[in-house]
Amino acid sequence: MNPKSFALFKKDINSELRTRYAINSLAMFIIVTLSVILFSIGNETISQSLTGGLFWVVIFFTSMSGLSRVFVSEEERGTSLTLQLIAAPSTVFTGKLLFNLILVFTMNTVIALLYSALFEAFIIKNFGLFLVSFILGNIGLAFASTIIAAIISKAGAKGTLYPVLSFPILLPLILTSVQLTLFSMDGTSFETAQFELAIVVCYDVIILTVSYMLFDFIWKE
Amino acid sequence: MIWKIFLFLLLCFVSIAGISFPIVEKPEAWYEFPFIKGLEQNAKIIFFHVPTAWLTVIAFFMTAIYSFKYLRKKNLDDDAKAYAAAQLGIIFCILATITGSVWAKFAWGSFWSWDPRQTSIFALLLIYGAWFALRSSIESEEKRATLSSVYAIIAFVTVPFFIFIMPRIMTGLHPGSADDTNAGPVVNFKMNANMQLIFFLSLIGFTILYFWMWRLGYKSLIYRDKLNKQLINQSR
Repeated sequence: MNPKSFALFKKDINSELRTRYAINSLAMFIIVTLSVILFSIGNETISQSLTGGLFWVVIFFTSMSGLSRVFVSEEERGTSLTLQLIAAPSTVFTGKLLFNLILVFTMNTVIALLYSALFEAFIIKNFGLFLVSFILGNIGLAFASTIIAAIISKAGAKGTLYPVLSFPILLPLILTSVQLTLFSMDGTSFETAQFELAIVVCYDVIILTVSYMLFDFIWKE
Repeated sequence: MIWKIFLFLLLCFVSIAGISFPIVEKPEAWYEFPFIKGLEQNAKIIFFHVPTAWLTVIAFFMTAIYSFKYLRKKNLDDDAKAYAAAQLGIIFCILATITGSVWAKFAWGSFWSWDPRQTSIFALLLIYGAWFALRSSIESEEKRATLSSVYAIIAFVTVPFFIFIMPRIMTGLHPGSADDTNAGPVVNFKMNANMQLIFFLSLIGFTILYFWMWRLGYKSLIYRDKLNKQLINQSR
């Protein structure tokens, strides 16, 4: 890996640890969405298949609250011009992607742990399948949200635009991931789920390729 | 001029023929349609539903192509072409959704049942909506063109998942689903020759209509930009 992009990644981690803006907003958002769901359920028992879908609802809305920070913060501080001078676009993108990958994995692991503790109907029977689909889904989520974050940071950091633009792009990933989560809750084997897994892998590869190809145009704008 | 009259006559013929030709058990005369089991009298909407859905995809494809062209050449005319294509695309997308859900009401029993095809047309509507939202949020012309081009291409590479992959692997009601025993669209083997003829005439007619409207659309956009620039220069 390019040492420059790793330096950029370390810089992002340091500034994040100093302000804790994204981490705090993500953590609060996880709590808020989970408690809204819990309040609206009340004393009702919800079906198993519904918990699988709600799991991805929580993940989607939480990621929409914090993942745009990587690029929006650069625009807000006015540091993006300096970054353009010192590094190639692909280097910048790699650094930002790494940061978002770490953020998505931490966030979703916390969500998964809290979720399985709070929802009794959320029982995973095939844990291997869940882990694989969870990792692939997280990677796709990080890739797609990073490139959309780059677009909206140049569009004047409009917070409301981020979920609007991300949702149609993330929809194939979310639909397949919901299906895979339901499969792992039913205890389906890897052979039955291989087509869905192939779709998620295709999605990850396609989004990554397109992001690297198009990032130059966004960044130089 | 001649081809406009030709287009008018073609679309008139398609509309009249598509609506008024009777559906009978054993078609013999040239104007009779065969009775298709499972479609029955609903079959006639096929002449209007399929072309609109086809044009939605064509318009989306053209938006992506002209976005790509814009990113390569940075010519604002290409952006106007992409914009005109998407404007028509969202109209045809809405029409396809409406005709599709009307057909669904009479064939499957409800207007909307989240069949994979319905999900995919809904996703296309969302993509068009998000694209226009992105465009309206940016003031600068070049910036708007670049960012919306990038978004159009990103959306374009995810669309095959909706249109080609998911409807075919998921079980659903639309022809071409995973559990479809017909193994393909109705067009190939259940229609008789004259129904096929009118179907393809309708497809051709609507496609010509689309390209005509698209040319008008992008030309008026380009002329408007030119006039605006002239006005600005004059006022200096």
